[in-house]
Amino acid sequence: MPGLEDLYREIILDHYRSPRNRGELPVPPAHKVEGFNPLCGDEVVLYLDVDPETETVRDVKIAGQGCSISQASTSMMSAAVKGKPLAEVRKLIRAFKALMSIHESKLEGDGDDGTDLAAELAGVQLGDLEALQGVVKFPVRIKCATLAWNTLQQAVDESAQAQA
Amino acid sequence: MSRLDVARIKRDFPLLEREINGKRVVYLDSASSAQKPVAVLDAMDDAYRNHYANIHRGVYTIAEEATAAFEKARATVARFVNAPRAEEIIFTRNATESINLVAYSWARANLRPGDVVVLSHMEHHANVVPWHMLAAERDIELRWIPLTDDYGLDLTNLDAILDGARLLAISAMSNVLGTINEIRPLADAAHRHGALVLVDACQYVPHVATDLQHWDADFVAFSSHKLCGPTGIGALWSRVELLEAMPPFLGGGEMIRDVRLDGFTTNDVPWKFEAGTPAIVEAVGFAAAIDYVTAIGMDAVREHEVSLTGYMLAALRERFEGSLTIYGPTDVQRRGGAVSFLFEGIHAHDISQVLDEDAVCVRAGHHCAKPLMRWLGVPATTRASLYIYNDEADVDALVEALAKAQKFFAV
Repeated sequence: MPGLEDLYREIILDHYRSPRNRGELPVPPAHKVEGFNPLCGDEVVLYLDVDPETETVRDVKIAGQGCSISQASTSMMSAAVKGKPLAEVRKLIRAFKALMSIHESKLEGDGDDGTDLAAELAGVQLGDLEALQGVVKFPVRIKCATLAWNTLQQAVDESAQAQA
Repeated sequence: MSRLDVARIKRDFPLLEREINGKRVVYLDSASSAQKPVAVLDAMDDAYRNHYANIHRGVYTIAEEATAAFEKARATVARFVNAPRAEEIIFTRNATESINLVAYSWARANLRPGDVVVLSHMEHHANVVPWHMLAAERDIELRWIPLTDDYGLDLTNLDAILDGARLLAISAMSNVLGTINEIRPLADAAHRHGALVLVDACQYVPHVATDLQHWDADFVAFSSHKLCGPTGIGALWSRVELLEAMPPFLGGGEMIRDVRLDGFTTNDVPWKFEAGTPAIVEAVGFAAAIDYVTAIGMDAVREHEVSLTGYMLAALRERFEGSLTIYGPTDVQRRGGAVSFLFEGIHAHDISQVLDEDAVCVRAGHHCAKPLMRWLGVPATTRASLYIYNDEADVDALVEALAKAQKFFAV
């Protein structure tokens, strides 16, 4: 039976209590995307400003409301992608989603194949984001953690389209 | 003190003996669905083991036993809500389907563009979405009875709201606020304006002795699973004349008298509305649940819940003064045992997660009442709801677990 400390790591509670990059950015040049989790009413508003020359995230701001997991995940995501090239952001999104899809048994180290996961995670530094992997042990909360990242995916796609 | 022997009642519910994380289960989510007593489980087991066959078809002994048990269950349900006739009870899947039956059958046959259906701000989605669907399809106008500051219906402009209305569809007890709505005066007002009255009695019937003749409603919807019965079965009551005049809802076997190549004629009420093989054993379980709560006594059930709700409201207020807001009437006589609240700065899902550590089961979210959540101005609440098997120790466990959550998320 997983305990609360698996879910609510100190770094998560820290991001929940003191979210990074709260605010808004002028649209355009930034893209504004809203993500919504109808089940629990979690809401993420993401402003993503991509430098078209360097294809790098120039700035990112977040708003919204919801549970500690959704809001901490949003805050950690914003800190992780700020200043990063879009290619790296895409890798990070894939890696995070892979992290959220690992079966619990693999977390315990007795899983048989982690090959797809290994491919996604290869060379990606998750850093603080790894603290969110405990969420996998609480299946109903996974959507809370991935909301920010699905929203980011949409913002990245829209930014790329706008430049094409 | 309560007249109910809760310690004895608890022993009738096997699930309540379960432990999670080494703690006994404290089940405070009965407004969502109630636990099942052994009497219900045994009745259903016996029906499957010894009396199971399809109903209204075979002429062999077992088929006759199954048919008799199914129809006896209908009579039991009718008696429980004081329906004048057993054939006025239609078995459905749940209260949601009961309301949809009225929306699809009665409303689509009787309402014309521009007609008005009146609802309230405290309705469950089950009594909102079918009317939105109808409104979009038939150009029906929906009007909404607003709420007062003390979480009741604001009837100030009731006559203006009911002007031109064809139907008032209203909850007898709010699943979020716990508010009990006085149905009789509403029904009288609606009838004066020529409107029919549908009562969503899903939260009310399991907790308060129900006399639907006193309500003078036209349709009453409720379910089995909130009443300690099985899922998959609910009921719609209506007057037989009204049911006879309504077109059928679903088509198929059982609901017909004759089928030819060029058409069909419908069966008598209530079978006209019961197409296909129904939830036979669930009907037996539904009746067993009614027998179980009837043996306890519905007046004793209500008395117990009034007293325990008062205890819970006081305990929450005293322990968390200033950091917890309760949404619902403070007068326990005006309300049921579903208590919704919000902790300052802590999301309902986080509360619920911490409570789960102590095996305290509560509901967190919008409770299928998003229009009400918008009116309250909150994204989600935590809801603890009481039933016959809850006692003061359960409420104490809730309060202690909440204190733990408050400490855990302290800013």
